[in-house]
Amino acid sequence: MRSLALALRRHPEWMVAAVLVVAVVTIGLINPVFWQPANIFSLLRASVITGILALAVLLVMLSGGIDVSFPAFAIAAMYLTVRAMVAWGFDGVLLPFAMATAIGIGLGLVNAAFVHYLRMIPLIVTLGTGTAVRGFILGVVGTSQINIDQMPPLLINFARQDLFTVTQADGSPAGLSAMVLLYAVIALLVHLMLRHTMMGRSIYALGGGEEAARRVGFNTRRTTFFIYGLAGALAGFAGLLHGAMIWTANPRDMVGLELDVIAAVVLGGASIFGGRGSVIGTMLGVLTLVVITNSLIILGVDTTWQRVVVGLIVIAATAATAWRDRKRIA
Amino acid sequence: MTAITRRLRRLDTNLLQLVLLTVLIFAGMAALNPDRFLRPYVFESITFIAPELGLLAIAMMVAMLTGGIDLSVIGIANLACILAGLFFHAVGAPRGPDLVNLSWPLVAAGIGIALGTGLVAGAINGLLITRLRVTPILATIGTGQVFTGICLVLTGGPAVVGFPRLWGQIGNGTAFGIAVPLIVFLVVAGLVWFILSRTAFGINLALIGTNARAAAFAGLRTGRTVFLSYVLTGGLASIAGILLSGRTNAAKSDYGVSYLLQAVLIAVLAGTNPAGGRGSVPGIILALVALMLLSSGLQMMRFSNFLVDLIWGGFLLLSIALAAWRNRVR
Repeated sequence: MRSLALALRRHPEWMVAAVLVVAVVTIGLINPVFWQPANIFSLLRASVITGILALAVLLVMLSGGIDVSFPAFAIAAMYLTVRAMVAWGFDGVLLPFAMATAIGIGLGLVNAAFVHYLRMIPLIVTLGTGTAVRGFILGVVGTSQINIDQMPPLLINFARQDLFTVTQADGSPAGLSAMVLLYAVIALLVHLMLRHTMMGRSIYALGGGEEAARRVGFNTRRTTFFIYGLAGALAGFAGLLHGAMIWTANPRDMVGLELDVIAAVVLGGASIFGGRGSVIGTMLGVLTLVVITNSLIILGVDTTWQRVVVGLIVIAATAATAWRDRKRIA
Repeated sequence: MTAITRRLRRLDTNLLQLVLLTVLIFAGMAALNPDRFLRPYVFESITFIAPELGLLAIAMMVAMLTGGIDLSVIGIANLACILAGLFFHAVGAPRGPDLVNLSWPLVAAGIGIALGTGLVAGAINGLLITRLRVTPILATIGTGQVFTGICLVLTGGPAVVGFPRLWGQIGNGTAFGIAVPLIVFLVVAGLVWFILSRTAFGINLALIGTNARAAAFAGLRTGRTVFLSYVLTGGLASIAGILLSGRTNAAKSDYGVSYLLQAVLIAVLAGTNPAGGRGSVPGIILALVALMLLSSGLQMMRFSNFLVDLIWGGFLLLSIALAAWRNRVR
């Protein structure tokens, strides 16, 4: 048992990888439809948005905090950008994504200011900013959904590109969305930043202990603003991408998504006490969660069970993480 | 005269600030809506709506006393009254006079079911937090999902409509010209106040929240005390659920979702330290009154619910800033 705990502490990715393999094999045995390319591709596509948001949550969790405001930020960036595009008759890809990312950064910096200067627990800060931003969008900007007929066509065309298409056994084509590649690139960049830059080391150091990080000479203020700014940027980007991928901009979207994303991140081995977690673990956690929740239908389980399953995953994953780190707390 | 000033000086400055805030909000709302705000009806409706939120805020404060938080209170409240509602539909009838005129022993049994649900749910949270050492945030996020998920599985989504008349009396009735929910709230709040400030259990909770390590070295059974505090939180949440379903004559898996932020807001505004150690029932009652006056005033000015959300969120951030400023002065 002790050596297992040690192995898990060194390589937390193995645990979630094992869970993923068990889940995939079990689901595939129960219903072979799972292995059809169309299903696999749709699962990968479904993990893009959750995955990018999970990277944002990972950054905050590495520093010892938790973020529940990112769905509101994502929706704010998406809805404001699309509304602006419709109002000005503008269409494009790069500029809108830059705008959504910038909105996300701005909102993220507000979180950072509260967390750093006012020393308040991140959960409560982000609960406040998230609710305020959601209230602002719905109460001031508007509640109407922008549908496919009004959505900027270039934006939609960008998100519907496929990397490649294969022909399935029954002759129907199945394409892998190019957005999966985009997600992989973003994840790689975050991974490189965390593992090979001074900023990345300072994020882990901040999570290990703020006072210690400061004594060693890390600029904790800059690190905090970087973390929440980047988390906001990822949220804003993911928000617009989400709108482009489902061809609608709905200001009431993504309600409750924070729980799924946090579930995926803790499943990926990140510790809420900070300092522990990796991009690879998080990506595996996202994929595992997406595979399990999206396979309930082909397993013949009623979809009303989905929340119970997500909740049990959070409890099991956090209990496992707490067990792994039990020495640290005691 | 000197006796009065001495008494005033002994009062918590935090409570004085809250009294000032309440008076300011009251005066502001009365000045903005002179003909509509100062009507007995307004205050009467507050006495029916405020108790359920007040109980949730007290529950949140109890969890915060030890530096934790309970994000599952809404799930507990809904699960408690859905189980009671399904029990009534099973022993009475799905609708009609049989259900409405259910005898009082059966209604009392329903109250027992709801309260028991809350206590068991709180005990599950407590076990996860004290035995498995899962962080309160993640443990209660997970159990909140599971409780809400069980609500969904039990009801399939739609609300459980129709409760016995006696049950409705708890949420809607009046006794001696006073709203029954207000009486319930005052009794429960008085009880919690007594437990927190006049019993060893309450003092121990505050000590554990101030410094868990010192409390453990002082020989306190911290695990058992924290466990009991989550049982208390669960019980309070289920009473809030009884009041909510009694008032609306229905129970649903997603009722009262916006209460979560409001409960946190009231607890923080009341001077509760989310890091643990500080919190009081009188503070909660004052913050509750202040915010109920604010929200009913805003509704009178035809603010949409979304705008009210924006203001609640902004208020939470403002109260964080206030608390930070207060601590700096000290």
